[in-house]
Amino acid sequence: MGKILEINGPLVKLELPRTVLGEQVRVGRMGLVGEVIGRDGDTALAQLYEDTAGLRPGEMADGLGWPLSVELGPGLLGGIFDGVQRPLQAMRERSGDRIARGVAVPSLPRDTRWHFVPDPQRRAGAVLAGGDVLGTVQETESIRHRILTPPLLHGELLELAPEGDHTVEDVIGRVRLADGRIEKLYLFHRWPVRTPRPFRQRDHAVAPLITGQRILDTFYPLLKGGKAAIPGPFGAGKTMLQQQIARWCNAEIVIYVGCGERGNELTDVLESLPELKDPYTGRPLMERTLLVANTSNMPVVAREASIYVGITLAEYFRDQGYDVVMVADSTSRWAEALREVSGRLGQMPVEEGYPAYLGSRLAAFYERAGRVETLAGDHGSVTLIGAVSPPGGDFSEPVTSHTKEIIQTFWALSKELADARHYPAVDWLESFSGYVKSAAKWWTEHVDPNWESARADALDLLAASEELQRIVNLVGVEALSGEQRWTLEAAGLIKEGLLQQAATDEVDSYASPEKQFALLAALLEIHRQGLTLVKLGAPARKLIQMPLLAQARRWKSQHGSEDLSALKAKIAAIPQAFEPLLLEYASTATPRTMGGA
Amino acid sequence: MKNVEFRTAASAQGGLVVMAGVPGVAAGSRVQLRDHAGRLRSGQVIRTADDAVLVEVFEGTDALDLERTWVRFLDEPFKLPLSRDILGRVFNGSGRPADGRPPIITADRRDINGEPLNPAARAYPREFIQTGMSAIDGMNSLTRGQKLPIFSGGGLPHNRVAAQIVRQAKLLGEEAADFVVVFAAFGASHADARFFQESFEESGVLNKVVMFLNLADEPVIERLLTPRAALTAAEYLAFDLDYHVLVVMTDMTAYAEALREVAVLRGDVPARKGYPGYLYSDLAEIYERAGRIKNRRGSITLIPVLSMPSDDITHPIPDLTGYITEGQIVLGRELANQGVYPPVTVLPSLSRLMKDGIGKNFTREDHPHVASQLFASYAKALEVRGLAAIIGAEELSDADRRALAFADAFERRFIGQGEDEDRSIHETLNLAWELLSMLPPETLIRVSEAELAKYHKGKA
Repeated sequence: MGKILEINGPLVKLELPRTVLGEQVRVGRMGLVGEVIGRDGDTALAQLYEDTAGLRPGEMADGLGWPLSVELGPGLLGGIFDGVQRPLQAMRERSGDRIARGVAVPSLPRDTRWHFVPDPQRRAGAVLAGGDVLGTVQETESIRHRILTPPLLHGELLELAPEGDHTVEDVIGRVRLADGRIEKLYLFHRWPVRTPRPFRQRDHAVAPLITGQRILDTFYPLLKGGKAAIPGPFGAGKTMLQQQIARWCNAEIVIYVGCGERGNELTDVLESLPELKDPYTGRPLMERTLLVANTSNMPVVAREASIYVGITLAEYFRDQGYDVVMVADSTSRWAEALREVSGRLGQMPVEEGYPAYLGSRLAAFYERAGRVETLAGDHGSVTLIGAVSPPGGDFSEPVTSHTKEIIQTFWALSKELADARHYPAVDWLESFSGYVKSAAKWWTEHVDPNWESARADALDLLAASEELQRIVNLVGVEALSGEQRWTLEAAGLIKEGLLQQAATDEVDSYASPEKQFALLAALLEIHRQGLTLVKLGAPARKLIQMPLLAQARRWKSQHGSEDLSALKAKIAAIPQAFEPLLLEYASTATPRTMGGA
Repeated sequence: MKNVEFRTAASAQGGLVVMAGVPGVAAGSRVQLRDHAGRLRSGQVIRTADDAVLVEVFEGTDALDLERTWVRFLDEPFKLPLSRDILGRVFNGSGRPADGRPPIITADRRDINGEPLNPAARAYPREFIQTGMSAIDGMNSLTRGQKLPIFSGGGLPHNRVAAQIVRQAKLLGEEAADFVVVFAAFGASHADARFFQESFEESGVLNKVVMFLNLADEPVIERLLTPRAALTAAEYLAFDLDYHVLVVMTDMTAYAEALREVAVLRGDVPARKGYPGYLYSDLAEIYERAGRIKNRRGSITLIPVLSMPSDDITHPIPDLTGYITEGQIVLGRELANQGVYPPVTVLPSLSRLMKDGIGKNFTREDHPHVASQLFASYAKALEVRGLAAIIGAEELSDADRRALAFADAFERRFIGQGEDEDRSIHETLNLAWELLSMLPPETLIRVSEAELAKYHKGKA
């Protein structure tokens, strides 16, 4: 038992001998919780997860004997937790609409009874190793929760409960360890959030994460188990894009961490996800989703912790063999929380007040993503998507530039595009993906072998049009050749008919890979047909006036992903639209072509 | 402890006083200082240990004689007395009456720092508020419970815009009876404060307004309390008395500068432009108090006004604000110079909650598409205008000339309107179609074909 010596914002100096760095402490009459971040002789420095107003020097302090840990077991899905995994819905029942301090509510519900089905392989007397599946609980209609042996446990299974209903506190088994001690098994176990959960080995990521967003899937793909960043100034649609990913991606579990962001955004997710259906299973999206929320008005130290709580939950579902996506909005707020605490500790700032260890902390965090072979021999993945909020939209600031070195897929959001209401405002020139080659294999096998070349053609067109646009801005469109004008028009077609995607439009919000490719191929076909004509001498002006161009811009919102036959019919009819012009110009051009041959 | 006066001030500098030998003082506790002339000043404990307590003095430390300063620790945070009687009253920046009338008598006194709202308790804002201003209603709609700042600059008519919103804001088809205003000014000039006061008076809402005024010549550190006191009053009116509260706060830049001043004194590590690293969290504590709560009738809609230093939207104050608030209304000098009122620059303006508060069942079914089309067409027309400036308008194609005419009409007739002109959302949308009809229908791909057939006035 110790006592408080000094209070300075969220930092508290304690007289607390023999405490361990990282240990959880409970301080003051209110029982506020925090963790030890420094020791000097008998004094310790702790950062508290709650507001310290009203705390006094001289009040008691006590070490709890464990680091910040999360409870892992059934009851997580569909829930919303704060930055230290307190269940916010249960907190509301306990302390009302506002978050009172010092309230301790267990993370997992203690009274829910789960129907446990033991794994037939687990027989008494057999060896039980960390990560082994003890059995399953059907947590939601779509997700079967695999009950795992705690990763560091190894011993002889003495007994395991038969099929039946249990609360998370019921003992469901016993294990004799090597030293003869008997360890009890429950439906859940605890794991410290700052320690990555172990696995057998890292695997190659093979399949792309399909998000249903054309600019992402078709142009800058991300793999399951990959790392991506979404940097963008405010108002560029960062949150919207992340919510679209959380809604439509083909992961089995989605963990959405609202780190220092708006309260209403989480409310939006909480209210909309139960009504939206998973396009893959048809079940409400909330059944596969879990929220961790430290909104911008909640204490800053818990903000720093929330990212680790999120990633540990993600690893836990990965260890059950699931593909998990974790969306962290925003890693900049996490970095700022780090800066705030380091500033109070008087550490020497390097860039823009950030501590010197910013880069290494970021890298270590992103490294917890990946596709792995689990301890049980299954395959699971954690895909990590971090939003970055660069001050003033300046991508050269420390958090963005460090992140850029770590991740493989970079979805850069642009203020200019957002101002012109081009959504999603992903800048096709600034963005990049290191996963195109791997993704191409998947697209070839599952959709179309021409995906990679079509993608490259479209990007070439976009890049060329950027050059041409510069010329137009200087001397006007009349200075361009017919071919150049047609290039400009075709790029415009790709931007409006393919890249722009309306999240609020029921049909357009999600596009299957098949629909994405059909649209891409169609627009390229229009470009090709027109190009042939321009080369035959048809004036670009005439082509640009074709009604087909206006029609093609609407296809994306006229045809849903579930039935592409009507869209395919329209695509097949593209050559017909060009036929009258072709007849007109091919005939006049024929002699020349003949002469050249 | 609250009845004991200590005379142990060990040092004082720029608004901070260190007290020695006062053990067991609570963090964040309110402090009362009595100086040699018997004047009372108030302060707050910002750091506390048994041997030294650091106190921030809101009225500053000028002319403080350490040997003749008596300090009392009141053992509680800053609290605001609350009752129905606050309506129609004027308070100073720390919540004391400033209208010469008696103090509020009540047992209900609340900590002005509030407590964070549980995200699970929030209700999502979905009700459209009609401000009667086309640039806002049509393209950047405000919803009840939203926080939507006005980004402005020196000399721009942000006060007139804010006052017009206060005068005209209403929910479609509802009584204005349960609607009240909390107005907070910090660092504002006397002229600005009087402008608002008169504007409230003229529109006859003065008895429904609570004012918190910390003017430009009043203590700087007190500004740290003013928005918190105002929002505490707003929370009481909204969630205890079921009012729909519109909070207008001006100028957030003055607030952030006060915060920086204190941070420098405390020796906090600066992040950008000398502002402390916690500016974001601090602003969020204020802005996030807006909103709605499940199963409660009232709401807090927040319109902070801030002037962007040198009109720079990437300056830390507008930048961090934009990351917290649900959009922004940006006023522009170019439009203002052309005599357009309100000079709302629509392209960088945004309302994040608009999508959920407009359209069928809220405003009109074509509203989302019309808004999107106006943005797209205007953005395109501005490109043409840029081009015309280089190559001359004579060189433009016919389509480009129509776009130019659209841009001009859009700025003058759609964005521009009278200060007393209160347009219904239907008037706004009809006007939008009238302007869109200047453009060929095949270029309008953000609206549906059915909408084109119904509303477009040109030859289809």
